[in-house]
Amino acid sequence: MASASTNDIEFRSVTKNYGVVTAVTDINLTVPKGAFLALLGPSGCGKTTCLRMIGGFEQPSEGAVLIDGREMNGVPAYRRPVNMVFQHYALFPHFNVEQNVAYGLKQMRPKIAAKEIDRRVAEALEMVRLGGFAKRRIHEMSGGQQQRVALARAIVNRPSVLLLDEPLAALDKKLRSAMQIELQTLQRDLGITFVLVTHDQEEALSMADVVCVMSAGRIRQLGSPQEVYDRPVDLFVADFVGKTNRIAAAMEADGTTLRLADGSAIASGKRLASGDVIAALRPEAIHLTRKAAPSGTSFKGTVTHRIFLGSSAEYAVSVPGLGDFLITADRRSMNESDLVEPGEEVFLGFDPAAIHVFPASNA
Amino acid sequence: MRALVTFVYLFLYTPIALVVLFSFNAGRNASEFTGFSTQWYGRALSNTFLMEALRNSLIIAVTSAALAAVFGTMAAIGMERLGARTRAIFDGLFAAAIVVPGVVIGIATLVALVEVFGFINPVIAALWPGDQPPKLALGYGSIIAAHGLFTMALVTMIVKARIASLGRDIVEASSDLYATPFTTFRQIVLPQIIPSILAGFLLAFTFSFDDFIIAFFVAGSKTTLPIYVFASIRRGVTPEINAIATMVLVASLVLIFIARFLMRERTTTN
Repeated sequence: MASASTNDIEFRSVTKNYGVVTAVTDINLTVPKGAFLALLGPSGCGKTTCLRMIGGFEQPSEGAVLIDGREMNGVPAYRRPVNMVFQHYALFPHFNVEQNVAYGLKQMRPKIAAKEIDRRVAEALEMVRLGGFAKRRIHEMSGGQQQRVALARAIVNRPSVLLLDEPLAALDKKLRSAMQIELQTLQRDLGITFVLVTHDQEEALSMADVVCVMSAGRIRQLGSPQEVYDRPVDLFVADFVGKTNRIAAAMEADGTTLRLADGSAIASGKRLASGDVIAALRPEAIHLTRKAAPSGTSFKGTVTHRIFLGSSAEYAVSVPGLGDFLITADRRSMNESDLVEPGEEVFLGFDPAAIHVFPASNA
Repeated sequence: MRALVTFVYLFLYTPIALVVLFSFNAGRNASEFTGFSTQWYGRALSNTFLMEALRNSLIIAVTSAALAAVFGTMAAIGMERLGARTRAIFDGLFAAAIVVPGVVIGIATLVALVEVFGFINPVIAALWPGDQPPKLALGYGSIIAAHGLFTMALVTMIVKARIASLGRDIVEASSDLYATPFTTFRQIVLPQIIPSILAGFLLAFTFSFDDFIIAFFVAGSKTTLPIYVFASIRRGVTPEINAIATMVLVASLVLIFIARFLMRERTTTN
């Protein structure tokens, strides 16, 4: 079927209510063909509802969801060209691995020849590296293996869109990073659109090429992982995607000078109307030094905590008049004296251009 | 404490053990054991009244349990789709059907049936073209209806618990993989709830087969096995009765063990 649209998925003013509760409000979103989109947000932000509306498990209360340019309102899940990898895999316990993977192909009309089904099932299992597991029972498989079966069961149907509902949440950390790489490779090889729902910002940033940050049923920001991280549109995004130091400040009448609580002034990289503002600064944008830098902006403070992370360390530094700062510092050598000790006096240096300024009311 | 527990169990099981023991008594006297014999089993099995009652009981138990299994399963599946509040009401009603005393169910069913028959029979008579219109009366139908109704609640409870343990996920997954609701039911849901439906059927069967109270009220002129036993016991306890009781006991135990096994088997492999 030649497709009419270059977009695989489109949300047109979609609102979803459950009784009096509104899950998502006026969502407008287009996902181009072959994209890897991550819907990112805290629980209850409406990301899963959006995914379920694409899958056909929920219908929008207002607006329309389009797949491949076709409006999908009222179309049940079993007539949609999308497949989903469920959070808890939802494998059929009374079928073996092969039967699970073949299930979708067996439902297709016109019927697919048994030989062709066998070939495609074997190919899909090979693709998720479960070649020798065709006859295994589901309960004989580990969590990671079950997750691969769920993946194979979805991609074997060659859907236009693959939906992934927190697919890695139940895996341990090592397996999770391995699967992140595998999913990315799989998406490039298959060339189909992936929509991933996650509350884990690291997962979203590392896998997706478009990140959609949601909160309270609305889209806060849509952009590449770099855009979302480096240029958050508001304080919520700055806080949720990565860690952020918030500094209360006042913007002077000139719109570029920030007056901090301790009386010092710094030049803002961004113009903003005067008034109370919050300046946001990433932990890795701050350099810790034992001696004051000859030039540039810096604060003086005392280290209160240190968390050693191996290749880097996180410090909590208390700055009189400004509060506590979180700083991530990479280690530059194997020398232990690199590590600043709690109780030491340090200087916090940063490039004013790294500061993001948001109106204080926008929290 | 241990003595108390022992006493309770003795109190519970001694009478049953005695019934079983005396069913093998060679003599007729129920107070002394005079030797081993299976003659009372032979007598029981060649007693035509008894065999008639057994046949009635089997027909009623199989039919009512089958109806209960079908409609109970349908109710369990239907209730899945109700809203939380409506479902709570239905849950309560089903639980009530199980805890209401048999004597109440018996009287209520009898009164209801008599009222309905009293209303319907003249209507049929007026509409019937021939001379002898059929008359609805108490009998197989009324016992099957009464048993089927309350054992259906039992089946619903058992099947509903199983469906709840399956979760919505696999139903949605099946739907996501292009299966129509009917295919999903046949290929995904049914294979996994079949053991609980069978378990429900067997429990319903034993309930109906053993029931005296409800059957006593609505049986009309029909005699079921428990009614026969009750009637003949008024003429004195014979070793023949002991033999019947032992056979019923063994059959019921076997069915209940199978039902328990079916209910447990799938829940552990999930």
